[in-house]
Amino acid sequence: MLTLAVLVVAMFAVSLMAGHRFYPPSDVLAVILGERVPGATFTVGRLRLPRACLAVLAGLAFGLGGVTFQTMLRNPLASPDIIGISSGASAAAAIGIVSFGLDGPEVSALAIVAALGVALLVYGLAFKDGVVGTRLILIGIGISAILDSVISYVLSQADEWDLQEAMRWLTGSLNGTTWTEVVPTLIALLVLGPLLLSRGRELSALRLGDDTAAALGVRVDRARLVAIVAAVGLIAFATAAAGPIAFVAFLSGPIAARLLGTGGSLLLPAGLVGALLVLVADFAGQFAFDTRYPVGVVTGVLGAPYLVYLIVRTHRAGGSL
Amino acid sequence: MTTSHTLAAEDLTLGYGDRVVVESLDLVVPPGRITVIVGANACGKSTLLRSLSRLLVPRRGRVVLDGREVHRMPAKELARTLGLLPQSPIAPEGITVLDLVCRGRHPHQGVFSRWNAKDDEAVAAALEATRTTDLADRPVDELSGGQRQRVWIAMALAQQTDLLLLDEPTTFLDASHQIEVLDLLTDLNRTRGTTIVMVLHDLNLAARYADHLIAVAGGRLHAAGAPAEVLTEENVRAVFGLDNRVIEDPVSGRPLVLPIGRHHVILERQGERGGCAT
Repeated sequence: MLTLAVLVVAMFAVSLMAGHRFYPPSDVLAVILGERVPGATFTVGRLRLPRACLAVLAGLAFGLGGVTFQTMLRNPLASPDIIGISSGASAAAAIGIVSFGLDGPEVSALAIVAALGVALLVYGLAFKDGVVGTRLILIGIGISAILDSVISYVLSQADEWDLQEAMRWLTGSLNGTTWTEVVPTLIALLVLGPLLLSRGRELSALRLGDDTAAALGVRVDRARLVAIVAAVGLIAFATAAAGPIAFVAFLSGPIAARLLGTGGSLLLPAGLVGALLVLVADFAGQFAFDTRYPVGVVTGVLGAPYLVYLIVRTHRAGGSL
Repeated sequence: MTTSHTLAAEDLTLGYGDRVVVESLDLVVPPGRITVIVGANACGKSTLLRSLSRLLVPRRGRVVLDGREVHRMPAKELARTLGLLPQSPIAPEGITVLDLVCRGRHPHQGVFSRWNAKDDEAVAAALEATRTTDLADRPVDELSGGQRQRVWIAMALAQQTDLLLLDEPTTFLDASHQIEVLDLLTDLNRTRGTTIVMVLHDLNLAARYADHLIAVAGGRLHAAGAPAEVLTEENVRAVFGLDNRVIEDPVSGRPLVLPIGRHHVILERQGERGGCAT
């Protein structure tokens, strides 16, 4: 886990220093400390720093939110980007931009409300004598498909300028990040992150099944409610700032589990993996190819095969989802 | 070594949705003994066990532990006195035996408290009692059924409760592993005074291992008492709808139920012999 944290910090530093022009650590540090360094003040201070900060914050939020859902529903497919919560935020944002001409904070607020709304809707539809993971996932995938078609429809109506802006909400992108996007995500993380982490043990107990968890003294319904609200909040704020960066929420938990084993709480490791994923993917998207790709395209390319692999594997094992 | 706790159900009515499963049931669990609940499929015995351990809120009536209603007790406080092993607990993929058994310490830990020497001791003792110390680093999903069940029992032991409830702890185990698990539970009861309540399917194992037997039929308490009092031919017929003969088990001196089906019976039928109207 320490290694993970170190890697995140290292990658953060690299994305501040490297780019079309390289700035040495001394310049970067000077800019962070508020000194004026010709060239670097703008490139590092205005362009790279907010972008890298948002990459870390959004990655943390997606990782935490994703692993919370996966843990709680005991299924790696139960990540918020699969069960429609991210799609809800995207669809609302696209409608806001294209149909109502909104921008900035209004779009973010709309996305957050929509994400919470979709989470409630999926939970409500899946509720029947308690919530069963598989039912919730299938309903979520259905809702997600509906929302995606809404997005497609809205985009087909859009003019070119709006299209650019709205595309951000489809794949997730850190292009043109300013502090306006960073601050709300930071606040959400500072409030909801510790809340989730303090519930880490209860979440671990929930993985043993509701009955066993209850027998261990966990108030199952309350623990689940707190976790869902906190996780949806994190996902919604991160999506509002950076768009639904594809599959980060979905991939972080399983990667963290693979790296660390499943013994302890996976919350923090998954958050760190998320941050690292977004940093690396964004960096690769900017500089590894001839064209600049938004971060969501890169994570999408990584995530989609894993999704297929998971489904194939559960199928082979004779499981139903 | 333990203080004895009294667990009792008073006028308990339980159900799911519109369906009433257990109706107006009273029972007392004798402290420091092994109580076994038996009954036909779907008679409400698992439901009863779930409610005794707070997992199911009663429609009417209450479950009382040491004079306090369990459904009103703080969850963790209850979990330090009363443990439950559900019928099919879920082991997270890849979890090791040690990690799983450590989860049993949950009710003893606060949000910010750290793992301490007492936790270590409890886990080590639980592993030893269930003879799973050697398995500690193995993933649970690689173990055999018998080993896995011992590991789950170890988790419940790490919880260090004076009362332990188990829902069919011997299902899916072969004969020797069934005996192994029941012997283990009896050891616990005899050496630590742990009060044990379990649901068992096998009547003869129930007769062998129970100090106190509770027979449930149609959501009501049919009979309760020592196995010899409860396991009579009439009771077995009433509770299970099964013609039978009860003899003394030459191994244990407890009752042994011999079912009488339609085939392979060389005895005269009970009905013909006794003229009992059916």
